[in-house]
Amino acid sequence: MSENNVVDAGFDDWIDAAEQGEAYYLACPEGHSSLPPRRVCPECGSTDLEKVPLPETGTIETFTITHVPTPAFEEDAPYATAIAAFGPLRLTGQIVDIDLEAIENGLDVAIEISVSETTGERVLAFSPA
Amino acid sequence: MSDVRVAGVGLTAFGSMPERTSRDLFAEASIEAFEDCAVPRSDVEALLYGNFMGELSEHQGHYGPLMAEAAGVQAPATRYESACASSGAAVRDAVKQIRNGEADVLLVGGAERMTNLGTAAATEALAIAADDLWEVRAGMTFPGAYALMAQAYFDEYGGEHEDLAHIAVKNHEHALDSETAQYRRAIELDDVLDAPQVSSPLGLYDSCPISDGAAAVILTSDSYAEEHDLDAPVAITGTGQGGDRMALHDREHLAQSPAARRAGEEAYAQAGISADEIDLAEVHDCFTIAEVLAIESLGIEQIGEGMSAARDGRTTADGETPVNLSGGLKAKGHPVGATGASQIAEISELLAGDHHNSEHVPDATVGVAHNAGGTVASVTVHVLEVVA
Repeated sequence: MSENNVVDAGFDDWIDAAEQGEAYYLACPEGHSSLPPRRVCPECGSTDLEKVPLPETGTIETFTITHVPTPAFEEDAPYATAIAAFGPLRLTGQIVDIDLEAIENGLDVAIEISVSETTGERVLAFSPA
Repeated sequence: MSDVRVAGVGLTAFGSMPERTSRDLFAEASIEAFEDCAVPRSDVEALLYGNFMGELSEHQGHYGPLMAEAAGVQAPATRYESACASSGAAVRDAVKQIRNGEADVLLVGGAERMTNLGTAAATEALAIAADDLWEVRAGMTFPGAYALMAQAYFDEYGGEHEDLAHIAVKNHEHALDSETAQYRRAIELDDVLDAPQVSSPLGLYDSCPISDGAAAVILTSDSYAEEHDLDAPVAITGTGQGGDRMALHDREHLAQSPAARRAGEEAYAQAGISADEIDLAEVHDCFTIAEVLAIESLGIEQIGEGMSAARDGRTTADGETPVNLSGGLKAKGHPVGATGASQIAEISELLAGDHHNSEHVPDATVGVAHNAGGTVASVTVHVLEVVA
């Protein structure tokens, strides 16, 4: 969010939807997945994109424990950043609601919209399902 | 089609010089490049200049004309930005212009000023090379991104932190006699393994430093070099560029860099070489794992086998294919916009026999430069050869 509180259309709308439990991805007729704001499929150039509900759970593919954060996450460190697969879509998010030592690849997670302790901004997160 | 000769090179020292403006850094590098050859400034037809984050560190954009002026060159000038591949992209365009007969003499280079921001703000600034909406806002840092790649590599192909540590040790070793490298001291394996964790498994000593510095290279056509009897034995004989999805999570394979493979293949095809003929390489080791992915992409090592290259001595100074004889980004430093051009400078000196590490590669005639942006969403590869 910019300093004068202007949202990022598409992205913030997605976060709003995820907060309501209605996370989605954009699919083209070929079945490629992508995230908003998006007009063109990044894989094949199709402009015929439709919203598809994201599977309720996904799987952690790989993760790292970040000890040295950027200033925006100063108070949140250490935290786990992960790439998780939800059906055909992969997302980057913070793993929350679990001890860092207990995290393993393959952990089943659901999308949660968390909040940064540093800035109060919304953060895409994964919570054990 | 003309060969593209490297007529002159100049590098400032790389390091922490927070008070030096980037225009002063580039002026210094350019003076050295012009003094390195007999090309008058008035013959330069354009400046192609790489810089990544000058808006954030100096509240300055529009670097083209500013830097042409700093270098005393009155010619059209353009700034190139491709994250850490900014000056690699500038080099590529210059090479194409000369090869295609559109120009005879070009000044190419780059600079970055970063330490003036302080570590926290510099780290935040570097993150603009990632997807702000879908990566940075989720808390991903640059070390975090490469850490994910390292974890994925270990999971897929094996290896451990100690293997990565050998890369950092090797690159420090290579920079001991450098006059410009940021770090000119040896480190031990334990220094790397015991260093504070940044983002698991990467620690402080797996990461290149934040650096200020500049590089300048004067490129000319064959005909210009011959007409003016220049001492320019090294030419850039191939250029390649690759692209990939921006966000790491959208890549096909977290532990491979296909964009670099494609860039390498394009450059090698132009140069008429195969990966086996590479005598030495300067690759983009922003983090130790990046060197592993680079040498595999370039075909110097097979996929899944590059992790042991430093440890087992294949890429050390006296190994089969020395990698990062400059010290790499790790020891030489990484003033982002300068790095791509600095690799051209280092390889030219190595091949011409003028480098502090030339003694290790006396018969080398083919060098490769690999300059990657972000998590290798953009990348340039250049082949340099001794042609005269």
